[in-house]
Amino acid sequence: MAGLSLQNLQKTYGKVEVIKGVNLEIEHGEFVVFVGPSGCGKSTLLRMIAGLEDITGGELSIGGQVVNAMQPRDRGVAMVFQSYALYPHMTVYDNVGFGLRIKKTPKDERDAKIREAARILQMEHLLDRKPAQLSGGQRQRVAIGRAIVRQPEVFLFDEPLSNLDASLRMDMRMEISKLHQDLGATMIYVTHDQVEAMTLADKIVVLNAGVVQQVGSPLELYNRPANLFVAGFIGSPKMNFIAVQVDEIKPGMVTVSGPDIRAVSIPVVTDGLTVGTALTLGTRPHQMLTADQGAITATVMLVEHLGNETIVSLRLPSGKAIVAGLDGDFPVAVGDTLHLTPEANKAVLFDEDGRSLPIKS
Amino acid sequence: MAAVTSPNQRLKISLKYLLLILVALVFVFPIVFMVVSSFKPDLQLLRDTSSFAAFLPVGDISLDNYFAAFRRAPVGLFVFNSIFVTTLTVLGSLFLCSMAAFAFVFLEFRGKEIVLSIIIATLIVPFETIAVPMLMVVNSLPWIGGSGITWGWLNTYHVQIVPFLADALTIFLFVQFFRDLPKELIEAARLDGASWFQIYSMVIVPIAGPVFATAAILKFLAMYNQYLWPLMVTQSEQFRPVMVGLQYFFQLNTAWGEVMAYLSMITLPVLAFYLFLQRAFITSIASTGIKG
Ligand SMILES: Nc1ncnc2c1ncn2[C@@H]1O[C@H](COP(=O)(O)OP(=O)(O)OP(=O)(O)O)[C@@H](O)[C@H]1O
Ligand SMILES: [Mg+2]
Repeated sequence: MAGLSLQNLQKTYGKVEVIKGVNLEIEHGEFVVFVGPSGCGKSTLLRMIAGLEDITGGELSIGGQVVNAMQPRDRGVAMVFQSYALYPHMTVYDNVGFGLRIKKTPKDERDAKIREAARILQMEHLLDRKPAQLSGGQRQRVAIGRAIVRQPEVFLFDEPLSNLDASLRMDMRMEISKLHQDLGATMIYVTHDQVEAMTLADKIVVLNAGVVQQVGSPLELYNRPANLFVAGFIGSPKMNFIAVQVDEIKPGMVTVSGPDIRAVSIPVVTDGLTVGTALTLGTRPHQMLTADQGAITATVMLVEHLGNETIVSLRLPSGKAIVAGLDGDFPVAVGDTLHLTPEANKAVLFDEDGRSLPIKS
Repeated sequence: MAAVTSPNQRLKISLKYLLLILVALVFVFPIVFMVVSSFKPDLQLLRDTSSFAAFLPVGDISLDNYFAAFRRAPVGLFVFNSIFVTTLTVLGSLFLCSMAAFAFVFLEFRGKEIVLSIIIATLIVPFETIAVPMLMVVNSLPWIGGSGITWGWLNTYHVQIVPFLADALTIFLFVQFFRDLPKELIEAARLDGASWFQIYSMVIVPIAGPVFATAAILKFLAMYNQYLWPLMVTQSEQFRPVMVGLQYFFQLNTAWGEVMAYLSMITLPVLAFYLFLQRAFITSIASTGIKG
């Protein structure tokens, strides 16, 4: 069984620190997604796990064994690249079978495995073609097939779908998800598309500038982001942030208000708070209710009718912009004034360092 | 084919072709002159140079010059020597230089940038400047052959081969080509479990056909046209290549017809090799579809 354990993993290029001490436990069979903005070190971390980048510091174990100095081929991992990286001079059949050929797998067994992989990925009719004769989606299948036949303990994907168009991307996403269920292998998947992250992951790892911001299930990250970065990164449209200060503290409850918002009471652990403390209130666009007595009064700047819902951009008195997701049939037009109230038990408060205040569990 | 529409455009295209034909003729005429002259007796050959007949097989046409050339010099031996030395050198250098370039591009080792730039820097050193020091080196090197260990390489085949097995230009050509290949290709092969040599031989070589062909042509020409070095290191006829053999025809009174016959014969292998490679070259581009 191959879980992974990353302990204080570091990577520097010359003097530039790219991965700054990552700690992470991955269970066998988990689907883990690394997300983060471009250049945050997702690929680097994945390539360190694959063995394609040296590990500058810390310890990496796969299946309980430290693999820092182990060759990629001995780690029991297979990787699917964003550029597919198919061997251009080989047919699909030979591409998929290359690893087995290297391992000197007997011909019959090799053939059976290649055909089985082709069956799983529905590309039996493509086996005789060269990569140049395939579409992007088909190439991606071949790349995945090449990983499957090696029966690795751990699959690594580096933005495998980002070269595909939107509808194909959705199909492949579902196929990868199904593959995970069928094979039961550990999968680590890098993307900067948070929809992919939310839909595929058992566990999301949010990275920023080489530092893990939060690890958790998609819903944990969505509902209880650990900090402003995660709150802003996960969820679409983005979470709204409104500057507030503490007015009143009661056990398990704090009342806040600000220039853009009248008093609202939010359930949090109040330790360390005093009246007057400056905080940031985070509320998701779909967690704001329209109400005549709404705490927020804002002017509608832009209306996007999506049918099942209406996305409204509004301007607060201070000039800051926020976004609200309303019912599809809610009557609203540019220039209207709306009164909105954040759902108190779903709103999140962040302290001055950007960390979210815990709620009592 | 571009559809020719206006007369103006037609004129432009005609002019373009005319220019191309003229340029082609400039290159082809000397070869035609050489081949045609090789069939003419010296007197006629010299007389024809003043007219367009120089390029036409007219007058007293025979194979006499060819027979004479064979009588004058061991042409077969020279051609064999050249082809033998050139073939081994081309094969050896393609192998060694492509492996060296592979290491420079794909392997990580200390000082590789510096070593590579030193190698590239030798591109600007003309061979003539190092010929004499090199002669002194090869003259004092040991060789293990059929008759045990011998000292000094003069008057052998290997003295014409070994010094040219690695050269900066060939390494440079391969380095350029390898640098443009996607690194993921090598990484995918590493994850598939391939050793470095397997990656070289099973992934890189099969898609490097075009650069192998280019390097082979350049190396073939350079080796086949060697003159100074073989002249320095071969005193006996037995190991001499074609270009040194040319001397046999420039003695007391030059027999121009024989010179032309000899030149025609030694040009043939070059043409054959070139045509062969051109075909291989086109096939390899078509089959890898690397630009797909
Ligand atoms: N060989 C290298 N030398 C120096 N710096 C590098 C090298 N490779 C990557 N970096 C730097 O490391 C950082 C992380 O790169 P990485 O490729 O892991 O980002 P990423 O999160 O995968 O981004 P993206 O979403 O754009 O793929 C970047 O700032 C990049 O400039
Ligand atoms: Mg990346």
